Amino acid sequence: MLDESFYREQIIDLYESPLNHGELDPHDFSYEEDNPLCGDVIRIDVRLDDEGHVAEAAWSGDGCAISQASASLLTEEIKGKTLAEVKAFPKEELLELIGVPLSMARVKCALLSLKVLKSGAYGIPDKNVMRNQD
Amino acid sequence: MLDIAKIRADFPILATEAYPGVPLIYLDNAASSQKPLPVIQAMSDYYQGHHANVHRGIHKLSEDATNLYEGAREKVARFINAPDSSQIVWLRNATEGFNLVAYSWGRANIQAGDEILLTEMEHHANLVPWQILAEEKGAALRFVPFAADGTLDLSNLGDLLTEKTKLFSFTAMSNVFGTINPVKELVEAGHAVGAVVMVDAAQSVPHMPVDVQALDCDFLTFSGHKMCGPTGIGVLYGRRELLEAMPPFMGGGDMIRRVHLTHSSWNDLPWKFEAGTPSIVEAIGLGTAVDYLANLGMDNIHAHEQFITNYALEALSEVTGVTIYGPPASQKGGVAAFTIKGVHPHDIAELVDKDGIAIRAGHHCAMPLHKKLGISATARASFYLHTTTGEVDKLVESLHRVRQIFRL
Repeated sequence: MLDESFYREQIIDLYESPLNHGELDPHDFSYEEDNPLCGDVIRIDVRLDDEGHVAEAAWSGDGCAISQASASLLTEEIKGKTLAEVKAFPKEELLELIGVPLSMARVKCALLSLKVLKSGAYGIPDKNVMRNQD
Repeated sequence: MLDIAKIRADFPILATEAYPGVPLIYLDNAASSQKPLPVIQAMSDYYQGHHANVHRGIHKLSEDATNLYEGAREKVARFINAPDSSQIVWLRNATEGFNLVAYSWGRANIQAGDEILLTEMEHHANLVPWQILAEEKGAALRFVPFAADGTLDLSNLGDLLTEKTKLFSFTAMSNVFGTINPVKELVEAGHAVGAVVMVDAAQSVPHMPVDVQALDCDFLTFSGHKMCGPTGIGVLYGRRELLEAMPPFMGGGDMIRRVHLTHSSWNDLPWKFEAGTPSIVEAIGLGTAVDYLANLGMDNIHAHEQFITNYALEALSEVTGVTIYGPPASQKGGVAAFTIKGVHPHDIAELVDKDGIAIRAGHHCAMPLHKKLGISATARASFYLHTTTGEVDKLVESLHRVRQIFRL
């Protein structure tokens, strides 16, 4: 018996038709990281406006329905937010946006996009992109 | 022929439910196997009536414990036809086997300019220890490629194996493709250039007869938990001359003959490599697991898994959009790694789990293999002596529903 509510329609909708999918060039920051458990990779590019608010955010990568839906929802949600707000974005808020109960392993999938976003926002040197190029 | 219903009754966990009303279907045996009652009972009995530290006390209990512990070593030696139980070193798992050889044999024998030959289908356990060793020593790693069908491409083996090759280490059976490699032939090729040859038997010893003297390998390692035994116990088999010449792996109690303040001398094989209080009950559990498997017959177990694998590959291939990785059933063990177009493997695993079916999704500790295939992950169903065609049917039914949920 499949619990079909787990993959409620929104997740599948976003998997089929993601929001903000692609890359931004130029961008103010960009970061990419993988989840070594499952090989999901998410890259997020962000462009800020003159007042330091998020003007545009885009994501690219490869992953499961949960991690991809999460990236769509997150990049949509941060538009108009300040860099400080992005840095402080609570994980509970993202999990609420996703709105389906997640097992411990899948919480990592769901939060990968937020980890990538915050790493970019904090300007952490992008070691992972270099590693992935080998 | 195995009596599968009788075997299933030996594994209490197979009668449990994954979720209320949803029976467990365990198809993740390549990651870790379940435990039959005799193994669970032997470990419980040991703790209830026989435990003391081994090799130390002169009291009766310590003598009992030591006899049980060393008796398990003898069982394992017979199981893989090792010439002597002193060539069976207890470890935590196969990963530790590679690390022991890399650390002890490797540091004493690998020099700058030497080459270590591996294959592209190795588990990380048979890659990373050699990467660390090669970097430290200035040695080079080379790789036997795999072909599109998941078998080793041996056409250039003659170029890859040279007098520079000091070690050739490869898997007897791929944990992703399931490919059963021609171990004896590869050992001979390695020896022909004077290389020491090590075999990753983590997926072969649990599933088919393995005879280390017939294979003529120098080192062979495997884990207890994949063969009905407990976690925390593994085995390194080594050729006597090599083990004797090797320096210890870890220092401490039990591995010494005599200790002075500034220097020590080492114990005999195999204890030279076993510092500290070992995994006593785990070794005894593995000894019981080996009895259990040997009693059923490794040929029978292998034949059953071939039957199930053949059945599973045919059934899976009827799912629309499925790609199965690896060679045909006749050339592989009980592993089916697959993808379904339009559904990420992680989502496949999550959704079939709702039907009580345990499979694995990810790179299965073989990232370079997946990178070469151009995919980040696969879903993997893996079988064992208790797997039934009914369980495979349930998996296939569940996969059809996964496709429906993803509107495919």
